[in-house]
Amino acid sequence: MNLLTRIGPLALLAAPASVWAQAAPDINAKLAALEAATKSAQTAGDNAWMLVSSALVLMMTAPGLALFYGGLVRRKNVLSTMMHSFILMAVVTVIWAVAGYSLAFGGSSPYFGNFQFAFLDGVGATPNADYAGTIPHATFMVYQLMFAIITPALISGAFAERMKFSAMLLFTVLWTFVVYFPMAHMVWGKGGLLNAFSGGRIPCFDFAGGTVVHITSGVSALVCAIYLGKRVGFPSGAMKPHNLVISTIGAGMLWVGWFGFNAGSALAANGLATSAFVATHFGAAAATLAWMAVEWVDAGKPSVLGAISGCVAGLVAITPASGFVKPFPAMAIGICAGVLCYFMVTRVKRRFGYDDALDAFGVHGAGGTLGALLTGIFATSAINDGLKNAAGKVQPLGLVDGNGGQILNQFGGVAIAWGLAIVGTLAILKIVDVTVGLRVTKEQESDGLDLSMHNEEGYIFES
Amino acid sequence: MKKIEAIIQPFKLDDVKEALKSIGIDGMTIAEVRGHGRQKGHKEVYRGQEYNVDLLPKVKLELVVPSERTDEIVNTIIAAARTGKIGDGKIFVYEVQQAIRIRNDDRGESAI
Repeated sequence: MNLLTRIGPLALLAAPASVWAQAAPDINAKLAALEAATKSAQTAGDNAWMLVSSALVLMMTAPGLALFYGGLVRRKNVLSTMMHSFILMAVVTVIWAVAGYSLAFGGSSPYFGNFQFAFLDGVGATPNADYAGTIPHATFMVYQLMFAIITPALISGAFAERMKFSAMLLFTVLWTFVVYFPMAHMVWGKGGLLNAFSGGRIPCFDFAGGTVVHITSGVSALVCAIYLGKRVGFPSGAMKPHNLVISTIGAGMLWVGWFGFNAGSALAANGLATSAFVATHFGAAAATLAWMAVEWVDAGKPSVLGAISGCVAGLVAITPASGFVKPFPAMAIGICAGVLCYFMVTRVKRRFGYDDALDAFGVHGAGGTLGALLTGIFATSAINDGLKNAAGKVQPLGLVDGNGGQILNQFGGVAIAWGLAIVGTLAILKIVDVTVGLRVTKEQESDGLDLSMHNEEGYIFES
Repeated sequence: MKKIEAIIQPFKLDDVKEALKSIGIDGMTIAEVRGHGRQKGHKEVYRGQEYNVDLLPKVKLELVVPSERTDEIVNTIIAAARTGKIGDGKIFVYEVQQAIRIRNDDRGESAI
């Protein structure tokens, strides 16, 4: 006891020198460990959200779009129409792994990707800082895959009820290579011509795919509808949607899935994701009410099909703007989309007489174009401060920030998307036409594609 | 024996069945049919495309009854199926030559 009380203070006096001698490396190591733990926590949060978003976007194709489109066709074509969506979840996935992802996101040329990620070479758990520095590269890859799946599935609304299944498969494979991969690279790829955040020469804002997804698919849909010609009996014959119940369920799933589509496009679980989530929701709600109001006045009654169509139109139009606009501009975009798309499907389609069976152009082409242009007006650095100049200063985005010239850039992006979709789709249709042939025979069409293409029926009540 | 064929509004089926049961008639055959007389259908609109639906869903009841009960049964059906509006349907009465119960070859009124 005595010994201890005498040595104690001495030991304390002696301690500082030795502690400080070792302290520097100790604290540095602790800081490094802390930094690693913080990074790992951020990766855990971001990755969890991005994996959920990926699943949500896949759910948009099937069951979402499959149900939405499936209910809008006649009973004899319900399976073939749902198959157009479902089979693409398999077809595009395989293409994506082999070369698609690399052609969209490899390299840094303005127009095309390259083969650096072919066969998913080098796409693993290590983040790719060019795109998303806090999530595994493979998460980014699989998230983008879900967009490549739904885009060609949207086109199927135009050629529903009359295209051969073999032709549809060949068309889709070629279309992803000719239209989708280059467009995705130009808008989102490193160094892309339209990529505002990677030094693109025409800096275009497209947060979640107004040009890449909706204009390309919607405009290609119009080309398909015109090239294939009308369904037998259009427009005088009865072509009523056979089951608006499943269409309404599908539209509901699209609305929910769209949060993964738009909010997920922040590529992190951050404030920007929340902002896109909010804008998406408000845009969809406003568009639903706008379509319903116009239809109520114009046609006398507010239809359920009108409400769900308005919802999709709003979701389409808010897509490019979702990560750039405040909630009330989001609602303004939604209202414009609801009104425009209503007149597209009820007036413009009839005036020109093309048979866009499920209104893929009227909703996605028109709504996507409108949204892309309005993004140039309402985009603001108050929501998205990602655009910085060389000195690191946040740049103004749209007209509301005083950058009116952005509208021209948006026009540029829209024009390129329209041009690529028209030329690419025409060329592919010609190729498919002379190789496997595009349309089913008249008898097959009147029997229904479920029976003539797949040897099945959607509803069997006897058994 | 008479055969009574009544084409009625689908939503009146339960009322008619109950009414017939209350006067002791519980055998009948029904079918879901479509058609129209003077009612002329309605208009449906899908994304601006109008369709006139002129064949409307109806229910057809068929029952074979002893001749002397025909009026009573017809009046029962009328009372139960009538709403007073166009589209309430029609009743036709036919002569029946023979009725045979397949299970035991009963013939005539005992088979109905």
